Amino acid sequence: MKRSRRFEVLAARPVNQDGFVVEWPEVGLIAMNSPNDPQPGIRIEQGRVVELDGKRREDFDMIDQFIADYAIDLDVAPRVMAMDSVTLARMLVDVNVPREEIVALTRGMTPAKIVEVVGHLNVVEMMMALQKMRARRTPSNQCHVTNLRDNPVLLAADAAEAAVRGFDEQETTVGVVRYAPFNALALLVGSQTGRGGVLTQCALEEATELLLGMRGLTSYAETISVYGTEQVFVDGDDTPWSKAFLASAYASRGLKMRFTSGTGSEVQMGYAEGKSMLYLETRCVMITKGAGVQGLQNGSISCIGIPGAVPSGIRAVLAENLITTMLDLEVASGNDQTFSHSDIRRTARMLMQMLPGTDFIFSGFSAVPNYDNMFAGSNFDAEDFDDYLILQRDLMVDGGLRPVREEEILAVRRRAAQALQAVFRELGLPPIEDEEVEAATYAHGSKEMPPRKVAEDLQAAQEMLRRGVTGLDVVRALAKHGYQDIAERVLNMLKQRVSGDYLQTSAIITADFRVLSAVNDPNDYRGPNTGYRLSGARWEEIKNIPQAIRPEDFDV
Amino acid sequence: MEINERLIEQIVTEVLRAMGEPAAAPPAPATAPAAAGVELVLEEKGPAGQGPADEVVIGVGPAFGTRLRKTIVDIPHAVVLRELMAGIEEEGLKPRVVRVRHTSDLGFIGHTAARLSGSGIAVGIQSRGTTLIHQRDLQPLNNLELFPQSPVLDPETYRAIGRNAARYAKGQVPEPVPVRIDQMARPKYQAKAAILHLKETELVQPGAPPVELEVSFKPLN
Repeated sequence: MKRSRRFEVLAARPVNQDGFVVEWPEVGLIAMNSPNDPQPGIRIEQGRVVELDGKRREDFDMIDQFIADYAIDLDVAPRVMAMDSVTLARMLVDVNVPREEIVALTRGMTPAKIVEVVGHLNVVEMMMALQKMRARRTPSNQCHVTNLRDNPVLLAADAAEAAVRGFDEQETTVGVVRYAPFNALALLVGSQTGRGGVLTQCALEEATELLLGMRGLTSYAETISVYGTEQVFVDGDDTPWSKAFLASAYASRGLKMRFTSGTGSEVQMGYAEGKSMLYLETRCVMITKGAGVQGLQNGSISCIGIPGAVPSGIRAVLAENLITTMLDLEVASGNDQTFSHSDIRRTARMLMQMLPGTDFIFSGFSAVPNYDNMFAGSNFDAEDFDDYLILQRDLMVDGGLRPVREEEILAVRRRAAQALQAVFRELGLPPIEDEEVEAATYAHGSKEMPPRKVAEDLQAAQEMLRRGVTGLDVVRALAKHGYQDIAERVLNMLKQRVSGDYLQTSAIITADFRVLSAVNDPNDYRGPNTGYRLSGARWEEIKNIPQAIRPEDFDV
Repeated sequence: MEINERLIEQIVTEVLRAMGEPAAAPPAPATAPAAAGVELVLEEKGPAGQGPADEVVIGVGPAFGTRLRKTIVDIPHAVVLRELMAGIEEEGLKPRVVRVRHTSDLGFIGHTAARLSGSGIAVGIQSRGTTLIHQRDLQPLNNLELFPQSPVLDPETYRAIGRNAARYAKGQVPEPVPVRIDQMARPKYQAKAAILHLKETELVQPGAPPVELEVSFKPLN
């Protein structure tokens, strides 16, 4: 066939680099409404669920059992299960129905019922509902800070910059697992140099992640994964109970934590039992609720290429964020993985969370260029900062970021690298040379950093764990070398785990170390002129991008 | 080749019949198609046991070289295995290949292999190409080095992975194989990766112990 020139041009467009597949319901490669999804239903006898969504208790798998026993309010269930799902869907969108009423009703729903209710919403209605249902009134944002070589100096500088740019949570991970203690340390020192109160985490295998938290080198955790089918849990050597146990290990040490899940993980692991991605994800959200955890990171997360490849997949991803908020959980709403070659498509996907606002619109906006992103790249990266700031300004939407000046960024990057240099010296870790500080101050990414002696770093990092270095040692080192302000901020982060206020739902910590959560900043959206409104100093901040021409610029 | 397989099958069937057992389908040697003029032959040699201290075990997934014969970017499994083994041999150690059948999860494939390995070090690999280096004493979901993105793994990387695994086995602390990342692999390949994994997972036999594989590379005529 002679090719149409137009079709050739279209074939070369970025969107056609993306992978698309047709639905394959038998194995669960379907976003919503699989023919194998169960029908909603519940039977309660003597205060016990004996049948859940058409399955009798004797046939329950461990997830059914966990949900039936811990995640459903049996006082509410009979009433809400008898209600028409379209009516419930309309209540979600209706600004006259308060958030608390929806939360109370959702507590009595089974997984299939929740899926049926949100299945009646289109994406605009889902965004309307999400605006009302998110737990914290003030929206916020989280970033990734990583690099290809796990270079600690660059990590500290990037963490400091990200803090100044407005991210309230920062997440790092490693290329090489044994670097983890350095990554956590660099992020802690860097973030607190940028601004006090930023929460930091280091995503790792669970035992090490918990250990770093207990040592005070991180202040929260999020990569505690739950899954929607039993077999995937078993493959991870886990159960809902073991995850709940881990959650309480964090809580008992005064550490914030949330679970992670997302559409597509079960089918990606090969065990979706033919169920739709959203149905299985709803089970994950309910496991989280049942475990008593305050929040969840979802929005497909690392599996986004799978819902992204099937019809209505990005709608399902928005739906899972919404369901999380309906169950009164904090939501860190994804957007944290490369999603598309197409700038149009990745922006459209992101607007679903940015426009209504969530507790964390991104659960990792890459604060580094994507080539340095060790979560395999995010939907938006450091090169998109200005686009994002201008979207905030165009639409008058608070996406959590603020315009910055180049000189303030250079100053804070240098100071973070120097502070880490001092901490390394004091703790007897391999030296950070002045040329590394210099390079980290001006670098865009790890390609511009001088190499470190990796094997030496790795041995020192393991030694640091063996010696039992804690956050207090970091405070002491900072104070001794004249970084009194940063030392106080790190100490304040350690104090949080004693007071425990930031264990409340959707907690972030402000620069003056005030906790902002669903308890003291509850979302009170009830339609126009209610809820979070962008105004005052914050709107001035967003308006004033340095690129904007001022009339006085033309005066001589 | 075709004739030989059939002959073996016939003999096995006859022997089984002579023993008065039902003639189960014998495990025919699996062959993978041409890899730079080389054909991969994997012959199952019964349950895999412990080996000597100077070995590195390579644990392959249930569909490796059988139902699936190349990675997600079409590198033949023959090439992958040849490079991994060559890397181990370059360091003076012996590679041994086992098939893990009870799981398609990479962490558990690698950890199962590491527990069989006399040195305690193993390479785990899924059919789509995702690879890690594991150690007996680590948690199953931990690892020494992980290469999570199958689309960026090329033959040279597989050889380097083999080399590093052998160095760990010798008690050295090697510089990790540089981690390559293509941040656009997810949107391009993730759905394809899921389909490959679904196909591998369909071959998982719960409870089945790992089997020893005899590996040969036959030049094609």
